[in-house]
Amino acid sequence: MARNKETLVILVDIGPSMHAHLEYAAKAVSTLVQRKIIHRSHDEVGLVLFGANKTDNELALELGGYEDVVVARPIAVVSDELARAVDRFPQEHGTSDFLDAIVVGLDMIVKKLGSASKGNKRIYLITDAQSAVRDPEEGTKLEQVDILANQLQHCNISLDVVVVQLRDDRGKLESKASQENEFLLRSFSSQTKGELVIADSYTTLLGAVKTRTVSPTTLFRGDMELTPNMTIQVWVYKKVSHERLPTLRLYSDLAPRTDASATHQVKMDSDYKSTIDLDVSIAPEQRIKAYKYGPQYVPISATEEEALNFKTEKGLKIVGFTDKSNVPRHYYMKEANVFIPEPGNERSTVAVSCLARGMEAEGKVAIVRCIWRARQTNVVLGVLTPCLAGEDSVADCFYFNIIPFSEDLREFAFASFKDRPAAQQPTRLQQEAADALVQMMDLCPSVGDEILQPEKTVNPVLLRFYSFLHLKSVDPEATVPPLDDALRRITEPDEQFLQKMGYMLETFQEQFALTHNAQKENGDKKFWKDRLEGDEEKPGLLEGGEEAMQVEDGKPLSLDFLTGKKVEEVGSLNPVQDFEALLARRDSDKWVAKAIKEIKKIIIDLLDSAYNGNTYEKAMACLEALRKGCVVQEEPSEFNTFLEEIATRCRGKRQNDFWELVVSKNITLISQEETPDSNVTQEEAAAFLTGGKSSAQGTEAAPEEEVDEIDALLDDVI
Amino acid sequence: MDWYSQPQQSALFLDDEEDPDAPNDELEVTSSKEFIIYLVDASPDMFLPPNEEENSRTTFATVVSGIANELKTRIISRDTDEVGVCFFNTREKKNIQESEGVYVFSELGVPSAQLIRDLERVGENFEKDIGSGSLRAVDVRESMLYNALWVAQAMLRTGTSKNILKRIYIFTNNDDPLENTNPLVKADLRRTTIQRAKDAQDLGIGVELYPFNRPGEQFNVNIFYSEMIQVDDNDEVGFMTNASNRFADLADQMRKKMFKKRVVRKMMLTITKGVEIGLRSYAMMRPATTGRSIWLDSKSNSPLKIERSYICADTGSLITGPTKRYQEYSGKKVLLNTDEIFDVKKITNVQLQLLGFKPLECLRDYYNLRPPTFLYPDDEAISGSTCAFIAIHRSMINLQKFALAFYGGTATPQLVALVAQEEETDENGSQLQPPGIQMIYLPYADDIRPAEKYHADNVIHPKRGQEDQIKQAVTLMRKLDLRDFTVYQIQNPGNGARAILRMSSLFVKLSICGIIGSVLTCALMFMPALQRHYAILQALALEEEELPEVKDETQPDEEGMKSGPVVSTVNQFKVSVYGAEYEQEMAEAEAAKAKGSAAAQKRKAASENASKEASQYDWNDLADSGKLKDLTVVELKYYLSANKLPLSGKKDVLLSRILTHLGK
Repeated sequence: MARNKETLVILVDIGPSMHAHLEYAAKAVSTLVQRKIIHRSHDEVGLVLFGANKTDNELALELGGYEDVVVARPIAVVSDELARAVDRFPQEHGTSDFLDAIVVGLDMIVKKLGSASKGNKRIYLITDAQSAVRDPEEGTKLEQVDILANQLQHCNISLDVVVVQLRDDRGKLESKASQENEFLLRSFSSQTKGELVIADSYTTLLGAVKTRTVSPTTLFRGDMELTPNMTIQVWVYKKVSHERLPTLRLYSDLAPRTDASATHQVKMDSDYKSTIDLDVSIAPEQRIKAYKYGPQYVPISATEEEALNFKTEKGLKIVGFTDKSNVPRHYYMKEANVFIPEPGNERSTVAVSCLARGMEAEGKVAIVRCIWRARQTNVVLGVLTPCLAGEDSVADCFYFNIIPFSEDLREFAFASFKDRPAAQQPTRLQQEAADALVQMMDLCPSVGDEILQPEKTVNPVLLRFYSFLHLKSVDPEATVPPLDDALRRITEPDEQFLQKMGYMLETFQEQFALTHNAQKENGDKKFWKDRLEGDEEKPGLLEGGEEAMQVEDGKPLSLDFLTGKKVEEVGSLNPVQDFEALLARRDSDKWVAKAIKEIKKIIIDLLDSAYNGNTYEKAMACLEALRKGCVVQEEPSEFNTFLEEIATRCRGKRQNDFWELVVSKNITLISQEETPDSNVTQEEAAAFLTGGKSSAQGTEAAPEEEVDEIDALLDDVI
Repeated sequence: MDWYSQPQQSALFLDDEEDPDAPNDELEVTSSKEFIIYLVDASPDMFLPPNEEENSRTTFATVVSGIANELKTRIISRDTDEVGVCFFNTREKKNIQESEGVYVFSELGVPSAQLIRDLERVGENFEKDIGSGSLRAVDVRESMLYNALWVAQAMLRTGTSKNILKRIYIFTNNDDPLENTNPLVKADLRRTTIQRAKDAQDLGIGVELYPFNRPGEQFNVNIFYSEMIQVDDNDEVGFMTNASNRFADLADQMRKKMFKKRVVRKMMLTITKGVEIGLRSYAMMRPATTGRSIWLDSKSNSPLKIERSYICADTGSLITGPTKRYQEYSGKKVLLNTDEIFDVKKITNVQLQLLGFKPLECLRDYYNLRPPTFLYPDDEAISGSTCAFIAIHRSMINLQKFALAFYGGTATPQLVALVAQEEETDENGSQLQPPGIQMIYLPYADDIRPAEKYHADNVIHPKRGQEDQIKQAVTLMRKLDLRDFTVYQIQNPGNGARAILRMSSLFVKLSICGIIGSVLTCALMFMPALQRHYAILQALALEEEELPEVKDETQPDEEGMKSGPVVSTVNQFKVSVYGAEYEQEMAEAEAAKAKGSAAAQKRKAASENASKEASQYDWNDLADSGKLKDLTVVELKYYLSANKLPLSGKKDVLLSRILTHLGK
């Protein structure tokens, strides 16, 4: 860790023209610091503010000058104090001279580490480059830049510059000073390591401050075989590497609170148990690796596998060249790499340059076979695309992307668009609407101006994670902050942007009648939710529910309960509530049927699982609810047939006691009196309960204490 | 989702080590399996070679070994599938229905090494045990195909049709299965046979045909089969059934079936509030792996169960399902729970939000993190989706633009590029590349490294190729071009049907991954290590004596590259960029290297000295007399250096090392 330690001085312009931008400058710097605390806690950071109201730096004391430059924090290991210090920057009214600030930063680093070129040293400058740089005492500003750049180069300090110049302000504020400053800064950037980024929005500002520093490590160094009799020396680096959230550690709170030295760590232990006898642990030497082959396992010991595995020989070989169009972009499989000619090797540099330029001119790419390391078990096949350097200091190189093997591809066929029915073929007007959409929602308004360029777009999730972590470290009760507006620009289009094309979007909407369909049978959640929201105000909802909405404990169900929980089935936990909630949704016949069907099942399940009548009470509650529901819903036969089923099942059988309960509660068939639809008279209903109708059966079966399942089944059949 | 039950696998905390699509994938693979009956025609015509050139191998043998090969792949990639093999038009009969001319070679079951072995050897005793049915026209009053379908359907009777895809594959080179039938019953048999196939399809059993040509005769689907074979999926209209004449294509088609086309996710592309297009996403390309290995008890060969337990480092007590997690921040342990992480990640409610469009050249070659996801319109949730999709697709192609969108519906919300992909077909109308949109995952600023600039040099600017040098490079590239190639599909007996593409141009001959249409033929290039792994597994499982050699098709055609015209072009380029003196310098460097560096020379001298010194002792005698230990460490090291043994360790270690080396 310490070997790669980075020393960084951040220079922030806090002069008047920067005031509007300081909020986001602070956010960008905060992210940088927070990230260092998490991932690179040994790095050192110093903070310099310029354009300040006062002067406080060593150079001013030693030499005079360097006015309005304040060393807010000397170079020190990152800490949460620093993180708090950069939460916000003061708005002051000094003169912003970035050259002075750079000199102060340089001086701080040199005083701390000496001027030797070793170590990772960096200066970060955030300014809007609006105020004029003071004329130097001798020579021109440009000469001063050259001297300074030389010095930075000599000390191996890279200078990253972010110039805040909002898109909307551009042109308006193009003062002479700012033009000159931009020229000076560009001249810097061409002579030193580091990058100059123009932040044209706050989103870009957050993205422009590169928070991640990696010490470059090559994936490969060596020969790339063009043909067996010509090789080129190349180095391979990662070009893209997906940064993820840090992996959180498990926390144990078992240690006593008073124990200050507690680590709170959790160790994970894996034990390999025999499946034959689960109490037996198998020692590592007795374990053998196996792969499944059909129904059998094929054991392969590590040595066997090693001996049998595919053998490779480290090296890169060009397989051939082909048209770029033959390797479509979507065949790129993984994170991209870059092939650069071996640094300092003039021959390789020229060879790579020739090939890259030739490929660019001819529209070609190269297919290359790579084995990065000796003993690597697999071959990688990739495509090289030319990358011509934009700057004189950088060599031409290649980008490399892995392409798939046969095993990686799944060939699915899809209907041709031209075979689609006529109704799905866009009309001329529709096509025009689509063309307008594609043309007008343009994210590249002018050459070189690209909105949401990946290079300048920060990962909103990571940013939010860092800032949340910071908040939580201060206040453990902190909640996740809402997404910052500047980050929201990444996830959804700008309101202003949309407003500008309102008419076009309306036309698009009119042309393509994109309507959400009602979902099919198997009850989609979204559909029901939508329906519920639409129905909230309907009186019909409460009408049937009023009666049913009394729950067992007498507490009325609130509408919130009904809509909030979106009851969709009768669960076994609160069947009565669920059932009633479902019935309350009277807008679909299907729903009532479902509720009835499911509560019946619950009742049967309860009876099936009854032991000494322990579930009877609940079953009875359900049965009562079902009866009530069937009366309200005018579904008497649903209940009546079910009650008959119950009767057949219980009366005179093992669960006769449940039937007695039914009788005692006087749960009768639903008669014509209650609902006209019923084909049962009141007398019949009463008689059924007393068993008059099928008493013979009942008495016959009564003596049998233990009726087994088969008999019960037979009874059902009869 | 229950994050707590398996905290070590919780995607939330591991931060999507895996492709978020992957778990979904796996789930679906296991839940939907296939039951397949291979119905192979065994009539005498099948024992003819498919065409004159390939004289040695009969169609029957080709089919059987093709099935065996397919099973070898299936056994690895879809090991829950069940297969059965059945011959029809046979002399002997073997089936529970006692139907004539149908021989059930293997009942429906998980493919096993045994079955593959049996299939590979079926030809040996076929005539004796099973035999080809060769009845004369007047005798035939039954449709063997009818019987075969009936038997196959019965074999597929097990299992619910809910999660199981049932199929019957018919392999035949007879386009008129009733040609020898008694004319009196022919019309009737034709009707019932076709009805039989239709009935099977009504029961959810797919019937697919793999037709072969008879020598000098094209298979004519229209005579009989066109009426009975349904095209099973709406999406595959016009794509299936024109199966080819060549076996390689058959194998290829079989392989296509390997992954059942399935939706990874249904989603919506939001153009603007309230204007949404329904989509389905598919994983068309995912890195293949060897499959998971498990641990066995080496004594009983029974699988082991891994039990994980969590132990508190402070108290040593067992924790059941630890739920709290922390991140170290400036010396503090900041506790975070799953809900909070979920909230942090949940930055939008929109699944896929259109942000705008950019010219295609803005999509740099290095904007890539992982394989893309393929999107195809879906009218089910939102009607009009397909139409809008087609229109935007066309606009993007015409205007050379891609859409930038935010993909929020996953554990890793990301910016994505939506690139329209045009449909590509080969000359037969077979689809090489479907129409749709490829969703390419874009990196964020922090993911991109300025790698090109790591070695930027402001003082000595790196050299560029000059015009004449670039010209030489272009000439070389043209020689090594993979453009003007012809594609041959060759059967490689070692690895089964394997399509290898060969390229030959006027200048060079390279057997290379070439290009068909615009589909990269790496589609037909196999991953050597994976193939090797499978081959080993297969050999061990099938108890094969020899390990099959797996050919590494990724090697460039070095022979071709060494041919005269290429070599001279390379040399011209080499001289042009490396200079004429390069060879000589290299030779000198090589010579210097052989001589060794100063340090190496010193080492060499030391070792020579040691040998000289060592030769003055009689080591064997010293060892036997036990006087070895009386020597000094320096003296002992003479022996070790002379014999190139390690010099490390204390005196005892040195002594024992010498004794071991002497064989004492």
